[in-house]
Amino acid sequence: MSTTTPELHTHGGHEEGHNPYHQHHFATMEQQFDTAKIGIWSFLATEVLMFGGLFVGYGISQGKYPAEFVEAHAHLDWMMGALNTIVLLVSSWTMVMAVDAAKTNQRAKLKMYLLFTIACAFIFLIVKYFEYEHKWHEDLMPFKYYGTGETGIRPGDLMPGSHGYATFFSFYFMMTGLHGFHIIVGIVLLAWLYVKAGRDRFSSAYYTPVDLVGLYWHIVDMIWIYLFPLYYLIS
Amino acid sequence: MEPVLHSAPQVGHHPAPGKHYLNENTSLWDWITTVDHKRIGLMYLVGSLFFFMIGGLLALLLRLVLLTPQHTLFGITVDAEGYNRLFTLHGAIMVFLFIIPSIPGSLTNFVLPLMLGAKDVAFPKLNLASFYIYVVGAIMAVSSIYFGAIDTGWTFYTPYSSSSSSTSVAMMTMSVFVLGFSSILTGLNFVATVHKLRAPGMGWFDMPLFVWGMYSTAVIQILATPVLAITLVLLAIEKTFHIGIFDPKYGGDPVLFQHFFWFYSHPAVYIMILPGMAIISELIPTFSKKTIFGYRAIAYSSVSLALVSFIVWGHHMFVAGQSQLATVVFSALTFLVAIPSGVKVFNWLTTMYKGNIVLASPMLYALAFLILFAIGGLTGIFLGTLSTDIHLTDTYFVVAHFHYVMMGSTVTAFIGGLHYWWPKMTGRMYNEKLAKIAAVLWFIGFNATFLPQFIMGSQGMPRRYYNYLDQFQPFHAFSTFGSWIIGFSLFMTLAYLLASLRKPCDAPDDPWGGSTLEWRTSSPPITHNFHDQPVLEREPYDYRPGQSGRETH
Amino acid sequence: MSAHTEHSHAHGGPAVYTANLIGLLILTGITVGASRIDFGPANTVIALSIATVKAVLVGLFFMHLKWDKSVNAIIALAGFLFLGIFLMFDLIDLNNRRDPLPRNTPVLAAPTAVPESMNPLTTPAPKPWVAPAKPVGEAEGEHEGH
Repeated sequence: MSTTTPELHTHGGHEEGHNPYHQHHFATMEQQFDTAKIGIWSFLATEVLMFGGLFVGYGISQGKYPAEFVEAHAHLDWMMGALNTIVLLVSSWTMVMAVDAAKTNQRAKLKMYLLFTIACAFIFLIVKYFEYEHKWHEDLMPFKYYGTGETGIRPGDLMPGSHGYATFFSFYFMMTGLHGFHIIVGIVLLAWLYVKAGRDRFSSAYYTPVDLVGLYWHIVDMIWIYLFPLYYLIS
Repeated sequence: MEPVLHSAPQVGHHPAPGKHYLNENTSLWDWITTVDHKRIGLMYLVGSLFFFMIGGLLALLLRLVLLTPQHTLFGITVDAEGYNRLFTLHGAIMVFLFIIPSIPGSLTNFVLPLMLGAKDVAFPKLNLASFYIYVVGAIMAVSSIYFGAIDTGWTFYTPYSSSSSSTSVAMMTMSVFVLGFSSILTGLNFVATVHKLRAPGMGWFDMPLFVWGMYSTAVIQILATPVLAITLVLLAIEKTFHIGIFDPKYGGDPVLFQHFFWFYSHPAVYIMILPGMAIISELIPTFSKKTIFGYRAIAYSSVSLALVSFIVWGHHMFVAGQSQLATVVFSALTFLVAIPSGVKVFNWLTTMYKGNIVLASPMLYALAFLILFAIGGLTGIFLGTLSTDIHLTDTYFVVAHFHYVMMGSTVTAFIGGLHYWWPKMTGRMYNEKLAKIAAVLWFIGFNATFLPQFIMGSQGMPRRYYNYLDQFQPFHAFSTFGSWIIGFSLFMTLAYLLASLRKPCDAPDDPWGGSTLEWRTSSPPITHNFHDQPVLEREPYDYRPGQSGRETH
Repeated sequence: MSAHTEHSHAHGGPAVYTANLIGLLILTGITVGASRIDFGPANTVIALSIATVKAVLVGLFFMHLKWDKSVNAIIALAGFLFLGIFLMFDLIDLNNRRDPLPRNTPVLAAPTAVPESMNPLTTPAPKPWVAPAKPVGEAEGEHEGH
């Protein structure tokens, strides 16, 4: 493994000192960049495990209430889910293109791809909003609010009475909600990148923030890749 | 001994003479916005020692209540509910606000970059953020008392925590959630630091063993803590909005909560003990003046303890309704823990064998650690064995066992490490004679407190009860007397450590003859740690004078 | 001026990313298609396998793991590995447990599932509790009355 040999070099390269983003406790910019990558990947591992707890809880509950989960999932619109999957995959592509543009000093392209990514994120949230609103009208709310609204349960719909339904929608709202929260955080980060890109802060010499936000954005996409079949396509 | 470092000349940091990290930029604003790992380490030290004192006073109060089987003592009445709240608060403060953040946050923050020859941790701002998140979590934990102190025990078991208990459970779980993020950020910082900021010439197997121990700890912090975070969120939601996952009233499974909880909290035991072992691995070679025996074995045993810690959590649930198969599997896996633990103890003892042992105060704590850890570890075998565990579950035997490990081992190592690095951190030597007396008192007091609890437990005294049968009175009384000795020794330690601060800086750079890099800079270090970038030329723990060649293992 | 320019074109690049996107979209289509066909219990396995292939593609190409230092991939894999350990041991327990509650329990209106005669707080236990000698199936049948 490459890390078994120290990456530190004695401070030979003092041309690095010109880079205003070079922090004093790193010998070289490359060392600083590699360190940031290890940091973000460790963070992504914590994200995987945090969402993982919810996935495990969901899986176990599904094992407990297989029939209810299948019946409840029919109330999710798989077309909306598929649409959002495509939107997120495209946004991942625009994100990686933005990183590539930053790396190759293409400022206009960087800004354009960042805007595209933000737009995709908003489309995702809007679709999600319509899905949530639909659940609200069908009175398919999570937790103890399941089937308690004024609209009531229409005949032929899911009946309150089994924990399975409420549990399904609880997990649905918790997991997509936490995921949606990550999307919102992502939008804030992307907007911040856009502002900094406008001030011409990124170049092939320094594009660490673009790269790190990109990795974050991809993990959010990756989580959705699992959420989509687990919620919209179970049988 | 000749200094073995040469320096790269072009990057020297040469502050004004007499200036160091403590007396440069001393305004309050400079302190609270500092990104210097040494200052953050000191702030963590103050924070965690404060909560050690609170948790310790609660422990003294608990022992006082248990002095007699009556509820009223010296005019203080503690009923069952009050007692439940007291021990919950004691446990939660000690675990989440003291032991878990103490060694990583304070000593490691200070020492680890120095040991690696680095100028700071990888992400200094994140380090400061981690400290403030700790402060926020601590404030939330303390404020939960205001909302009606929780009485669930520090484990928050469902269904009690999700249905019957007071509303402040949500506050406390959210506080632990926040503290978890502080812990994650600290661990993440150390992993990146160890990977990328080692001094030139320092390979993985040239790192001090303290760094190996803390690296293993950091891995657990990163991989286990997120699961605790989500578990506590689920618990808070279950309690408030009823998901139907943990509480049987809503179709949930309370044993599942225990799985979720112990998936973090068993590895968390190693977040607590591995730093202790890491400190001992420094103290023993330094004060035996001998190269550590089996360097690689200790390094690997730290990492393997971290990994094994993830596959044994079910031994907390042997009688909780877990399936028989899982019980047998977890019991068998639990015995794996003995292997790396045994490797470590064997290597420490062999390091001391034929060494020139100096019985300075840190070494006294290290010796106490060896004995207390041996007792704590061996009694763990009784609890990991299914048949004996059924008898011993939820008795004082368990209480004694985990106090021997968490307090007798980790806190002993923490105090030992504090003495060891105190001259480096503050630039002052403390009163060595008082320190030795305090160390001996600590050892006596600890055993007096917790040895009787093994006997009581094996005779059936259940834990978490505010009164007891008369037959246990002598043991409880003995235990309470012991707690006073512990309390006395700790206040004595606090007193002479604080008294040392009144003196001018008098500590030499390397008062103990240590061989790792932190002793190569001034005491206290300058803000940039080293005047010149240190370059490692010989491995740690090489005490042979005048030799700079590397030996092979 | 720094090392980044040196390997910025050494890996990845728009063509690779676009090809990856197309692959991911095709796999999404396959996932939806596969869910329309009834493979029985294998449906979940198929869906999760395709999702994993997609996640690997995102990781390798969009997240640059294919070209990155291996330590980053090890950290990422560790996250998934320990999640797997977590799930595996939970399932070892749950799949071998005698469930104290029957599945698909109707809503329990109030926490009065314990009859007053069985409440240890109000009823002194006359003799040590012994496990009922009934087989599992009958024991579950009792609960359905609530």
